[in-house]
Amino acid sequence: MHPFRTPSALAATLLALGLLQTATAAELVVYSSRNEQLIKPAFDAYTAKTGTTIRFVSDKEGALIERLKAEGDKTPADLLITVDAGNLWQATSEGVLAKIDSPALTANVPAHLRDPDGRWYGLTIRARTIVYNPQTVKPAQLSSYEDLADPKWKGKLCLRTSKKVYNQSLVATMIARLGAEKTEQVVKGWVANLATDPFSSDNQAIEAVAAGQCDVTIVNTYYFANLKTKNPALSAELFWANQGSSGVHVNVSGAGITRHAPHRAEAQRFLEWLSGDEAQTLFANLNFEFPTKAGIAAAALPLSWGPFKQDDVNLAEAGRLQAEAVKLMDRAGYR
Amino acid sequence: MNALALPAPAGADAASSHGRRWTLLAVALAVPVALPLLVIAGGWLQHDPATWAHLLDTVLAELLLNTAFLLLSVGTAVTVLGAGLAWLSAACEFPGRRHFDWLLMLPLALPAYVLAFVAIDLLDFAGPVQSTLRAWFGPGRWLPPIRSRGGIVLVMSLALYPYVYLLARSAFLAQGARALEAARSLGCGPWRAFLRAAVPVARPAIIAGTTLALMETLADFGTVAVFNFDTFTTAIYKTWFGLFSLPAATQLASLLLLSVVLALGAERALRGRARYAAAGRAQGGERIVLRGVRGWLASGLCSGVLALGFVLPLSRLLYWALERGLADLDARYLERLLNTLGLGALAALLTVGAALLLALAVRRQPSLTVRLAVRLATLGYALPGSVLAVGLMITLTWVDRRLGELGDWLGLPLDAVLRGSVWALLIAYGVRFTAAAWGPVDAACERVRPSLIEAARGLGVHGSGLLRRVYLPLLRPGLLAAALLVLVDVVKEMPATLLLRPFGFDTLAIRIYEMTAEGDWAGAALPALTLVLAGLLPVILLVCRSAASPH
Repeated sequence: MHPFRTPSALAATLLALGLLQTATAAELVVYSSRNEQLIKPAFDAYTAKTGTTIRFVSDKEGALIERLKAEGDKTPADLLITVDAGNLWQATSEGVLAKIDSPALTANVPAHLRDPDGRWYGLTIRARTIVYNPQTVKPAQLSSYEDLADPKWKGKLCLRTSKKVYNQSLVATMIARLGAEKTEQVVKGWVANLATDPFSSDNQAIEAVAAGQCDVTIVNTYYFANLKTKNPALSAELFWANQGSSGVHVNVSGAGITRHAPHRAEAQRFLEWLSGDEAQTLFANLNFEFPTKAGIAAAALPLSWGPFKQDDVNLAEAGRLQAEAVKLMDRAGYR
Repeated sequence: MNALALPAPAGADAASSHGRRWTLLAVALAVPVALPLLVIAGGWLQHDPATWAHLLDTVLAELLLNTAFLLLSVGTAVTVLGAGLAWLSAACEFPGRRHFDWLLMLPLALPAYVLAFVAIDLLDFAGPVQSTLRAWFGPGRWLPPIRSRGGIVLVMSLALYPYVYLLARSAFLAQGARALEAARSLGCGPWRAFLRAAVPVARPAIIAGTTLALMETLADFGTVAVFNFDTFTTAIYKTWFGLFSLPAATQLASLLLLSVVLALGAERALRGRARYAAAGRAQGGERIVLRGVRGWLASGLCSGVLALGFVLPLSRLLYWALERGLADLDARYLERLLNTLGLGALAALLTVGAALLLALAVRRQPSLTVRLAVRLATLGYALPGSVLAVGLMITLTWVDRRLGELGDWLGLPLDAVLRGSVWALLIAYGVRFTAAAWGPVDAACERVRPSLIEAARGLGVHGSGLLRRVYLPLLRPGLLAAALLVLVDVVKEMPATLLLRPFGFDTLAIRIYEMTAEGDWAGAALPALTLVLAGLLPVILLVCRSAASPH
């Protein structure tokens, strides 16, 4: 008996020490495709509050998903944080995210901004809408994304490349609403109206509108806000698209817990904190994105654009239809 | 050759065990490259006919035409520009030549993707140049569009010509004036002598440089993405990220690889068995003096290339960095800089060592196995960085898991040995950049006269003594050029660094990625500027070494 007792006592002590260690100096590992400056402040705030240290590595979404797949049950990663529902949907369909049951997350994140099965949750809203040059366009002339395919905009439209996932998600939700045939008509109309080859960034598209190379474009609002903050005289204004119909296309930056997360409980606490008041307020003031949690105010500049109606199609649809959207844009000649 | 002729059985035994060692070495060096390539080729095991049908129906023909156009135009431009400028600075005399000689190497430190976004920012419709022209002369377009075929060829040629310049310059310098004098004494004019005598001797070096530039063009994603120019590489990325088909993406990538293998094979077949060994030493003072207008034209050409490829873009980066303020410049910048340079130096050492061993192996034991191993080891450069990085990541993760199991069995903590350390990165750089080192190392070995080696052997110098006392002194300029190329390439490398670095290990290229990922070009200016300066250190080192006259 004696020889057994000592080792088991030792094991119990070690276990207790181990538990003690997780309680005081827990650690989380995050794979993130978000810019460091947009996400690290939230990590720092959480570390300051709880003592949990957060290590993270940033890369492109596709590479991170492949990394999670290759690492399998040996992965050090607890959370995947990325932008765009298309990427989150892809992570889900590759089976690298775990299903989370959390009343806090369900309460904080509106239904259309999270996975119906609870494998990812939106943390900030990114609205994609119309920006126009007020010297050449009156807001009354604008209405919807679909209207920009009308020949009256011939030679007046600027777009970012179809290779960017933001446009792929926009077109995917259009397919969900209008069907593939109607959507292809619209995209073909856009291509016919282009003033110049598609740009590689939203910033370039806005600057082209302001410089008079074209009159209208479709961009994410935070790019517009950042440019407008730098140069308040920029000759460009924002218009909320589709207010009379489907609502503005919104997408998210979001997060999910990995299937083989080594610190699952702690990861869930962190994810819940990210969806709560403190982190949401922080996010709202970092990059002019909109908080997902109701009742948290956006930053002053986005607030000044007034309230807007969001498209409430579930973002998982955008992911599901993304490949179809890419093929559709290829067929329509949208580069 | 003479070893094979030895009749004594003992000698044959020694020779064959010697040969086995070289074979084993070459194969061992090729394996780390072969594994990720196999992983990529493994994409063919999964069928995705729907994606292929879509690509064939819509974009594939245009992509192939675009890629061919880019290879042809950039290939021609970098060869003419690189070899021409190298000839001017190595064999002619004109105002400012001594400064242009090293200044023209500087654009090597500027990554093509940085040059691309600076060019578009400056010259596009909404950019400062055209805005100013509109303010002066009224509305309208005042310049041909930069986001065009011509624009992308201009940017890539300016970014990639230094590869040819660097290699051709040392070849022109090393071949000496004798061949040229001989040609001229036979009645050739200076330019005819250049084309008939100098270029053929420097051809291996010029081809090596052009091959590097072309492989870089094929693998490029950053530049074509900024230009939104659709090539084979953008199709690979779109298939992966947009159509979510990594198998189809790797199938496309292996086709790309196959075309590189065929092209390299064709080049070798064209080159045939011709071997040129330089007969002279570094030349003395017999330069072709360009007088009057011709001299100033030469200066003007050099200044133009330098201004467009280096001075203007660097000024724009500096302007952005100052405008943004130096708030970003914290202690982590020093860490990033040191990480970048340390990685570059280590990788350069390892990669050039590997390339030298391969070059010696193929000369000492030119069997089919060794030659195949060498071909394989120098393929990594042409693959788009992210695709190669994923192939490597899957391979290294697999090795790590096996090591982990071994560790469990032995009771040793062997988890994530490769992936948790910079070893993974160093292996990745080796796989990717052996080709960059191979060009100059091979071209330099080509210049070692076989008769010299035989003479040394006759004097009883063998094995490592041969390496230390004969090869290394002769090869030093080539080895230095190779190390510089690898170092600068590693400093600029992005996709493999992103995917394979340990936690919290950041480099300057990663900082640039983080900024440009959201289209914040001005924010990327400070890390880009630091990266250029970091890349300049080795360039300047090389300049100093090559200025000291070789003995």
